[in-house]
Amino acid sequence: MKVTLHIWRQSKPSTKDDFAQDGKMVRYELDHVSNDMSFLEMLDVLNEQLIKKGEEPVTFDHDCREGICGTCGVVVNGEPHGPESGTTTCQLHMRSFKDGAEIWVEPWRAAAFPVIKDLMVDRTALDRIVQAGAFVSVNTGAPQDANALPVPKADADKAFDAAACIGCGACVAACKNASSMLFVGAKVSHFVHLPQGRVERETRARNLVAAMDKEGFGNCTNQYECEAACPKDIPVRVIADLNREYLRAKVREEPANTKRIGGDG
Amino acid sequence: MTWLCDFWRSSVGGKLTMAVTGVLLFLFVVGHLLGNLQLFSEPEHLADYAKLLHREPALLWAVRCVLGGALLLHVVTGIRLARQNRAARPVKYQKEEILVASFASRSMLLTGLTTLGFVVYHLLHFTAGVVHGAGAAKAGKFDGFDVHTMVVRSFENPSIALAYVGFMVVLFFHLAHGIQSFVQTLGLNHARYTPVIRRLSVVVAGLLAGGNILLPLSVLSGIVKVAP
Amino acid sequence: MKLDAKIPAGPVQEKWSNRKFELKLVNPANKRKYKVLVVGSGLAGASAAASLAELGYQVECFCFQDSPRRAHSIAAQGGINAAKNYRNDGDSIYRLFYDTVKGGDFRAREANVYRLAELSVNIIDQAVAQGVPFARDYGGMLDNRSFGGAQVSRTFYARGQTGQQLLLGAYTALARQIGLGTVKMFSRTEMLDVVIVDGHAKGIVVRDLVTGEARSHAGDAVVLATGGYGNVFYLSTNAKGCNVTATWRAHKRGAGFANPCYTQIHPTCIPVSGDHQSKLTLMSESLRNDGRVWVSKKQGDKRRPGEIPEDERDYYLERKYPSYGNLAPRDISSRAAKQVCDDGRGIGDTGLGVYLDFRDAIARLGKDAIAARYGNLFHMYAKITAEDPYSQPMRIFPAVHYTMGGLWVDYDLMSTVPGLFVLGEANFSDHGANRLGASALMQGLADGYFVIPYTIGGYLAGQKAGSVKADHPEFQRVAGGVVEMTKRLLSIQGKRTVDDFHKALGKIMWQKCGMARNEQGLKEALREIPALREEFWRDVRVLGGELSTNQSLEKAGRLADFLEFGELLCRDALERRESCGGHFREEWQTADGEALRDDEKFCHAAVWEYKGDVKNAVRHQEALAFENVHLAVRSYK
Repeated sequence: MKVTLHIWRQSKPSTKDDFAQDGKMVRYELDHVSNDMSFLEMLDVLNEQLIKKGEEPVTFDHDCREGICGTCGVVVNGEPHGPESGTTTCQLHMRSFKDGAEIWVEPWRAAAFPVIKDLMVDRTALDRIVQAGAFVSVNTGAPQDANALPVPKADADKAFDAAACIGCGACVAACKNASSMLFVGAKVSHFVHLPQGRVERETRARNLVAAMDKEGFGNCTNQYECEAACPKDIPVRVIADLNREYLRAKVREEPANTKRIGGDG
Repeated sequence: MTWLCDFWRSSVGGKLTMAVTGVLLFLFVVGHLLGNLQLFSEPEHLADYAKLLHREPALLWAVRCVLGGALLLHVVTGIRLARQNRAARPVKYQKEEILVASFASRSMLLTGLTTLGFVVYHLLHFTAGVVHGAGAAKAGKFDGFDVHTMVVRSFENPSIALAYVGFMVVLFFHLAHGIQSFVQTLGLNHARYTPVIRRLSVVVAGLLAGGNILLPLSVLSGIVKVAP
Repeated sequence: MKLDAKIPAGPVQEKWSNRKFELKLVNPANKRKYKVLVVGSGLAGASAAASLAELGYQVECFCFQDSPRRAHSIAAQGGINAAKNYRNDGDSIYRLFYDTVKGGDFRAREANVYRLAELSVNIIDQAVAQGVPFARDYGGMLDNRSFGGAQVSRTFYARGQTGQQLLLGAYTALARQIGLGTVKMFSRTEMLDVVIVDGHAKGIVVRDLVTGEARSHAGDAVVLATGGYGNVFYLSTNAKGCNVTATWRAHKRGAGFANPCYTQIHPTCIPVSGDHQSKLTLMSESLRNDGRVWVSKKQGDKRRPGEIPEDERDYYLERKYPSYGNLAPRDISSRAAKQVCDDGRGIGDTGLGVYLDFRDAIARLGKDAIAARYGNLFHMYAKITAEDPYSQPMRIFPAVHYTMGGLWVDYDLMSTVPGLFVLGEANFSDHGANRLGASALMQGLADGYFVIPYTIGGYLAGQKAGSVKADHPEFQRVAGGVVEMTKRLLSIQGKRTVDDFHKALGKIMWQKCGMARNEQGLKEALREIPALREEFWRDVRVLGGELSTNQSLEKAGRLADFLEFGELLCRDALERRESCGGHFREEWQTADGEALRDDEKFCHAAVWEYKGDVKNAVRHQEALAFENVHLAVRSYK
């Protein structure tokens, strides 16, 4: 089959003042596309042709190509990861498109995700959020036996549903407000459903929200585009969890100068 | 105080502010409608109701302050969040697709601001009585609480009645998304109830807007007339 | 090259305790003076970086991905073994040790394997404490499943994404340290050389993949956790970015490379669909808990699977290996699939495939139970093939998956270069000639969480902290070489693309050094690979600039190393004149096609020393002694 591609080409990295730089949509025609190709393999073929013509290939992030590493991700015809639900870009196949289709390919667009080149964006903002508290503070050592603390299956399942997040950023790309609350909600929800994670639930909720706000993401307006775009079907329930946990954490927060008796030493 | 400001300034705190003020305003809309529906009863009842509301001026003003404050906070926070949301995407998509977001959810700012305009107009109209000569109509019977005549006289004018209908349609969209939205923002999400709440949200918004629309329509169609 | 494995004295059960006691300690106040460079952020790298930082060392961690969370450990599906014996089915540390030595076809170091089995227990405890959501039963206890090569249920899992959940555990531990400022993370940064000063590894030279800048980082020890080299075959289940560069460049600087010919071909992958194919997708071995593998008894049978009656089906694994059945180890299952395909009984248009059928399991347990166990795998299969595995059997075929070979390390995980430690798949590991399923996660985490924190102290205690800085002339010399190679790749401006060359290399490797190898094919490969390499350096076309993001340049540098490494792999395969585990030489097989070891001549690890080029590389041997698990013909019948 044959497709017409419109691909965002941007040679210089985004800056705060000039986000789009020289970026523009460039049109390419591609023939002999097979149904069994993945979307990224189709881009590989385009790149091979571009190189042979002496043009710079399209830069795009990708790695595992089996839908789990979360590296790949472009907006295809206005939909993050393309038209198939529950699918990453690398698992999207050309059989999802008709012969002669016109396909618009754009990077994730968010102030918190500056474009590095073409379709490649910088998602380290998500890492910084995790660094602020999306973990259990436990050192490597000799914790108690794994079965010492039973976890009801329902809780373990809920935690898992949130932990399935691959950190691709499609939720941000899909959100009309470029909000990362599905991502942050997934972290909060994962830990709050496990006894190990509940110890730090309050500091975690406060710190994650503070870190998220620092990065310049937008706010959730409950439109649920994130849930629809998420390749791992993370439910918006996790955003409700985030809201509740944050409210709880703020209400219970003690003043910073609360006196303690003695010292830690 | 810094604690409260920090809370308000945070993204989730801002949302929660929208939700809590939203709940208050929603409850007001419900109460307001129930009061209004007395238009279908004897004119004296409406007047008694109006008098009841004014019996304790301190309480009246306390409620007005809370509602006014909630409204102000709702509007200011909403505008702040909307501005942040705009800034969060400096370059728009060249090709944009909507996956699931409803029209109502996408037009909250617009419907919200329109409703704000309506509230101002409505207060000037019926509460202050400074437009459409409503004040004069109200001053007639029942110790100056002839709300019935005031309302009917106003809605006999088709352009006023239709404007009210129009504003209520806008309010419908705002509430259709708003009700289920504050439930979610307040952290209530459950596999069984959430789908019901999402549908109920539209139904309740429809009942509220529809109930209010009934008033101008019944006047316009002559079902409700000025008492002889 | 001196190979001292430093295996501690004493019975195998006490070796690790003895070693831990012997190792010198670094005083807590002194730890912060030492800087450790950790390259790679998968299970081994992330767990090592986090654990070392927790101890108080300064750590710098590097990964070529945009985030440490994306390392390919994330793709592991099925599970992680641990000798917990929660199932009361006869498991023990000794049994896991025994199974692993036997599964590795008696080509692993006993002492290391025992330590691995011993530490497996701690890994599960650690992961659960981190909040890893392992599968649980209705009583709230951890659930287990079975994996190949074992007759007990000792595999812990988190739906079909155990690797992702364990990696997120290690990644969050790492993220915590980054947040605390004890680890400096460099993502989108690729290591391109090791710097050795006075015989000790003292730093690395990296390329910033965003700006293109070459940078030097000095430290007191270097830890490589950079994964395996499966992508030398072009098509593999590895991520596209997986490469041999870090270990190969370390090898060229003096680190011995052990057993490169031990490559694991995984039996259950989705078959190739065309020339455009860029990678192969694994279908977890856990599927063989419930799926039955079969082909038609007739050659060239073109009927649809549903039309082939029960008595005309050959459930060949169950037939040949009745006691292990569909859970025979990977090397054996892969070879059995190849045999039925060679016999003309393969399925599909290409005849390169076998069925993995869930019909009986669905009839027995119901579709919902199967969906609960493997839903995401079935979903992935349906996405890729557009076929519904609930209603028709999966089509599967073996594919390159894991590499048991790697840089040689002693018991302390230190390579032949002092101060250069190698963890996880990057080292020649504890798996011998074949790795059992659900053991890679175990090894990566054991190395990172529980081995390196002890052994690195033993080394650092004898070193002066911060003795070499990044302005040392050796750094400038090495960085100069890195920049020169980059410029050279960009200057060729030939006609063929990098991928074109990579596919050509992959074809040679798969055809001549894949599932079955023979002397003639290997000799051909040893002629073809250098010729291809020569053509690469004459005719490759790499566009774009040096000082900017340039993915073609990254790929070209990695392929240049594969083109050298592939030759070493074939040399090793040629020299190992026996069949063992994943290395199958057609000349050495039993009458019924099983691998035939030659313990007399080859009961050793082959360790290659670089001497200017691959042709002149010297083969050394580390003899393997089996004092606990006695050398025997491996049987799963």
